[in-house]
Amino acid sequence: MDTLIAQLQKQFRDYTISLYHQGFLDDQFTELKKMQDEFSPDFVAELVTLFFEDCEKLISNMARALDQTGNVDFKLVGSSVHQLKGSSSSVGAKRVKGLCVVFKECCDSQNYEGCVRCLQQVDVEYKSLKAKLQDLFNLEQQIVQAGGRIPQVDI
Amino acid sequence: MARDGGVSCLRRSAEMMNVGIESAPLDLDEVHVLAVDDSLVDRIVIERLLRVTSCKVTAVDSGWRALEFLGLDNEKASAEFDRLKVDLIITDYCMPGMTGYELLKKIKESSNFREVPVVIMSSENVLTRIDRCLEEGAEDFLLKPVKLADVKRLRSHLTTKDVKLSNGNKRKLPEDSDSVHTTSLPATTLPPSPPLTILSDSSPSLSPVEMFSSSALSSPIDDEDGDVLLTSSPESSPTTEEESPIRRQKLRSPGLD
Repeated sequence: MDTLIAQLQKQFRDYTISLYHQGFLDDQFTELKKMQDEFSPDFVAELVTLFFEDCEKLISNMARALDQTGNVDFKLVGSSVHQLKGSSSSVGAKRVKGLCVVFKECCDSQNYEGCVRCLQQVDVEYKSLKAKLQDLFNLEQQIVQAGGRIPQVDI
Repeated sequence: MARDGGVSCLRRSAEMMNVGIESAPLDLDEVHVLAVDDSLVDRIVIERLLRVTSCKVTAVDSGWRALEFLGLDNEKASAEFDRLKVDLIITDYCMPGMTGYELLKKIKESSNFREVPVVIMSSENVLTRIDRCLEEGAEDFLLKPVKLADVKRLRSHLTTKDVKLSNGNKRKLPEDSDSVHTTSLPATTLPPSPPLTILSDSSPSLSPVEMFSSSALSSPIDDEDGDVLLTSSPESSPTTEEESPIRRQKLRSPGLD
């Protein structure tokens, strides 16, 4: 059992570090983890769930606005991008936030093709992060179920 | 990411906090912060940041809701009501309908709340924006994403400065206020879960209410049926470090007494 826990903990550590090194997460995610405790052990997981729901909603708004061929309201798209940029920044979703910066520039310059490209990229990116965080949280659960403690990972 | 509900951990922590909390609805020594942000994610984050630094938090989703909560939403001064104890107002700058700057101005115009420190948060580091807010009387300007260190600094500033004004205020009971609701959750936001009890006269302690987001589109604020109101009491973990008080950036004296 101990070997299993140790293995899982190592996996968890390595995976966490890789997410930071590959730029999926930044230190804001670390801040959120700091605020999690034994009374609110699922704080981060639940927050990112809401974030991903937000992503879905905002991206759908952007898609709808961009779909109005010939009559695209770039301000509206830009406003949704601004919101997504804000929430991705608040949860430490570094790559999503980075894409939003580029996306916002496309909106400001009314670059339709640029916007469409960014929309696709941001959609792929948030889904990719979602899958990775799901894996991370699954690892956490496995550790806890095996009777172990979730290690503190210093980045 | 199938968890049992968006607020389950928050509810659990509320239940934990119910234990051992005194029966008075509000401890006058508690720092009460009103947080204003149209983003649900940001509201949750700021609320958590404040709670882990031992603040009681009420979180609302717009400037209008904030004014409503403070009883400033109508022109007549409600002098007959006890004043609400609010020690700090922290608001996002960019919000549809009423910006944080506009909210700041309204608060500074009110006789009841003009001395309450108002902190502005923004994701954009625009010097003219910062200057404008500070000139209007904002206590501080925080760049998002807000960190624990930022909030701890604010918190320590609140304890070191003279808080006679907030302690002197009598508390307005929340159930008298229109802005406090037990709402059912709109289906689009949190997973269905029974509404949490909100703080009321009879409850011995404070528990978080459900929260939900307003529309993500930048539509003008209209008075929606549900409120976004999250009120919760501080975590048991105390602030461990006392940071030095923040530099006071008041460029204009409030002109009182």
